[in-house]
Amino acid sequence: MIGWINIYAAVYDEQAAKSIFDFSINSGKQLVWIGTAVLLITVIMVADYRLFDNLSLILYGVFLLILLLTPFIGKEINGQRAWFEIGSFRLQPGEFAKFATALALAKFIEKPSFDLSQPKYQFQALLIILIPISLIMLQPDTGTAMVYTAFFIMLYREGMPQKYYVIALLFIAVSLLSLAVENNLYIAFGVVALTVILILMGKKTWQRIVSFVLIGIAIIAYSYSLDFVVSKLPSHQQNRIMVLFNPDIDPLGVGWNVTQSKIAIGSGGFWGKGYLEGTQTKFDFVPEQHTDFIFCTLGEEFGWIGSLVVVALFVALLIRLVFLAERQKTRFSRVYGYCVISILLFHFMINISMTIGLFPVVGIPLPFFSYGGSSLWSFTILLFIFIKLDSHRIQLLGRMN
Amino acid sequence: MNENRQIVIIVTIMIIGVVLLAKLFMIQVIDDSFLRRAERNAVQRIVDYPYRGLVYDRNEELLVYNNPVFDLMVIPKEFKVKDTIRFCELFQIEKEKLIEKYTAAKKYSWVKPSPLIKQISTTDFARIQDYLIDYPGLFVMTRSVRAYPDSIAANALGYIAEIQARQLERDTLNYYSQGDYIGHSGMESQYEKILRGKKGAKYKMVNVRGVDKGSFKNGALDTASIAGKNIQSTIDIALQKYGEKLMKGKKGSVVAIEPKTGEILSMISAPIYDPNLLAGAAYGKNYKVLVTDSTRPLFLRPIQAKYPPGSIFKVVQSLIGLQWGVINPNTTLACNKSLVACHNHPNPVNLFGAIRNSCNPYYYQAFRMMINQEKSTNTYIDTQIGLDEWHTAVEKFGLGHEMGVDLPYESGGSVPSSKLYNKIYGEGRWKYSTIYSLSIGQGEMLVTPLQMANLAAIFANKGYYYTPHLVKAIDGENGSIPEEFTVKHEVGVDAHHFDMVQDAMAQALYGTATRAIIKDIAIAGKTGTAQNPHGEDHSVFVAFAPKEDPKIAIAVYVENEGWGGRAAASTASLMIEKYLRGHVERPELEKYVLIGNFGD
Repeated sequence: MIGWINIYAAVYDEQAAKSIFDFSINSGKQLVWIGTAVLLITVIMVADYRLFDNLSLILYGVFLLILLLTPFIGKEINGQRAWFEIGSFRLQPGEFAKFATALALAKFIEKPSFDLSQPKYQFQALLIILIPISLIMLQPDTGTAMVYTAFFIMLYREGMPQKYYVIALLFIAVSLLSLAVENNLYIAFGVVALTVILILMGKKTWQRIVSFVLIGIAIIAYSYSLDFVVSKLPSHQQNRIMVLFNPDIDPLGVGWNVTQSKIAIGSGGFWGKGYLEGTQTKFDFVPEQHTDFIFCTLGEEFGWIGSLVVVALFVALLIRLVFLAERQKTRFSRVYGYCVISILLFHFMINISMTIGLFPVVGIPLPFFSYGGSSLWSFTILLFIFIKLDSHRIQLLGRMN
Repeated sequence: MNENRQIVIIVTIMIIGVVLLAKLFMIQVIDDSFLRRAERNAVQRIVDYPYRGLVYDRNEELLVYNNPVFDLMVIPKEFKVKDTIRFCELFQIEKEKLIEKYTAAKKYSWVKPSPLIKQISTTDFARIQDYLIDYPGLFVMTRSVRAYPDSIAANALGYIAEIQARQLERDTLNYYSQGDYIGHSGMESQYEKILRGKKGAKYKMVNVRGVDKGSFKNGALDTASIAGKNIQSTIDIALQKYGEKLMKGKKGSVVAIEPKTGEILSMISAPIYDPNLLAGAAYGKNYKVLVTDSTRPLFLRPIQAKYPPGSIFKVVQSLIGLQWGVINPNTTLACNKSLVACHNHPNPVNLFGAIRNSCNPYYYQAFRMMINQEKSTNTYIDTQIGLDEWHTAVEKFGLGHEMGVDLPYESGGSVPSSKLYNKIYGEGRWKYSTIYSLSIGQGEMLVTPLQMANLAAIFANKGYYYTPHLVKAIDGENGSIPEEFTVKHEVGVDAHHFDMVQDAMAQALYGTATRAIIKDIAIAGKTGTAQNPHGEDHSVFVAFAPKEDPKIAIAVYVENEGWGGRAAASTASLMIEKYLRGHVERPELEKYVLIGNFGD
């Protein structure tokens, strides 16, 4: 436990220092956020551990209500109504709904009868996840909504059938391929070839052959329909997808963010340019650099070594969390633990991927690094509720018994 | 249940970490194109332009200097004016114009400077300087343009202008960049590397909007510019100015050389244009006018125009003949007009008389004696041997090849050898009767005015010359000039042969160019007429003076003015007087030349 608090502290401190010196205007605010985050930690640690268990469904309900209201009373920024304005600070309910959803999921799955191999329970879990997603899509905030799909990682651990994941991965692979490869004919040939090989390798029963052929045809049909679907997407999302596969398509326009982000990170070299020596980030070539593109500052000023440290810290934190989750005595804590892992992993993976051009640009922050009160608070709450639960794992068990 | 799935999750986390690090390694460490793009993004190289060297005349008076002009720049973001009317009064700009310029500046950039008023003169600048402080967002950018106080010597000095695309291609050292100024002709081009100095560079960082963010690496890479060196030219401003006055409204050339050094005292190409026309803002417009002018003012006549040398070449023929021993001062030949046309003069003549009277048949015969020395029994071969020997001798007089004057685009003229005639007629199919025109400086022979002036210098020096040049000293190099201008060129004719030639040239004035005679100054000269198939012949005159201690050798060409004794001789004589006396005591002759009606 001390180990990963240290990790958190290290990451935390760096963020604080960076804020103060790098972004003089935002650093003050961020210090306030950090201060209040510490306060939140204290509250969570002092509060009765049973509170989270008992309040979970109520919290979930409250946040769903807030999310429902957000599109109507939220402040419009960049065409989204995802923010509440309280004084000079702005809060993003979509961020906080994460831990409420996690608690609700844990509460549901905790029931001894809950079995994810049964469609009934699969549907229940899906519903808990889909409600906040659809509410957030109303704002619309695709990035934040996407984060909720991360709960499927937790569901996987809790027994969601493996075949869904295989199908999903296949689906993603085919999607990427048909977007990346200009001519869908190549994919069609590939699928046909693969199908033939699979048929020849296994038993040659009629049933099997027919099902393989049908799957093959479905994949090809999907691959062709995807281009059509993409052309129906809003243009800014189309552009983001196009830029992913060809960032130089329009380096001054739609490709600007990714191109500049890659330049900033790429110019860092092995050792980096040194603290505060970054030219790309300091001179605003990278947009949104204190929020979603914070990793650029790091990559430019601390180079590959700095990236290595941060990535390693995240990986270590996540693996540490897996071990912690596994040692929980109650299913509630374990599920919640995996929810934390899922959310953190998703943010970490997608955020860094988008800054280096591996993923389309979606507006999700890097946990504990990006500037912004909502995300800092929500990650703090998310993580420390789990720490609190972990510290009481013996008592929890006793209560259960 | 499902405990083994934690392993899958851990492995997935690790794979994600490794993939991210691998991709980061690729773009951060392996691919360095991002680093270069980053520097292109954020580091701007600001060129620090050096001060171009000045050009002085031989008496250290300024020929070319840099005139500062001031551009009033505006940064729209900071610019504030409370009282527009007062502003317009102070800066002498109409309100509409101000609004138009300001709008254009805003359109270009809100934070980057744009010109508001261009090319403010020094006096206007002094007036507005004090008010500048009242108006934030305004500052003055200084540039300089070349300026010519006396508006003279345009052809010798050349001009500077923006570098051309093909010059940029040839600039393998990448010194120049688009928009740089470079010498385009004349001394500006020849001494470009000396005059230009060395550009410096300041590296500064800019943000995404191009706003200055301070120096890059605290200026560690910055270099200061080094000002260009000044050059002292051999030109004499007073003489040049006077010559240009005389040549005004005429076409032709004047080249005056100091015989003992090869220094060019004056070089005039008429029609004359004001070099200030090609400096500053109106360059484009004026250049177009000059380049399309049918009288071709940009054509460097002194070094590019080629004419047959005519009678003046008879002096060279005499010298070669004497040196070869084919003729001697007493060689007397009949003026046989059946050989070649001549005018009336005492007949027969010896060499002295031949030079003095410019007798054509004399040289027809003398040249045949030089060419056909019966070194071969075959007339054709004998002619070929003779011509080539003669060719070698003539080339020593600086003819038939570029002299190497310190100006670009020099023409070499031409002196034929057997090669040329073999090409035209075939080997063994030409003989003396084919080439006899060369004897009197006609035929397949061309010289430039510069070469002609150099001939005068050779006659004055009795057999040697220094390559004519325009540079007298270069600042900071102990006054030394390029080595090739300090080499004495012997023409291969003994000095004593020149004595009689000089006397004959001095006497010639009394026959052919009485206007050129100056009281108290002994001039030796020779008239010539360059045949012009396109119209009236060109008037030519070469001379040097004083005869006993020559200080100036001169060649004058006045196109389409016929006989050399009038236009060219008069001009040359006035130039000599001006140079040697410092003033002219013959207003009548001066008036005659200035009016320029040489018809009778």
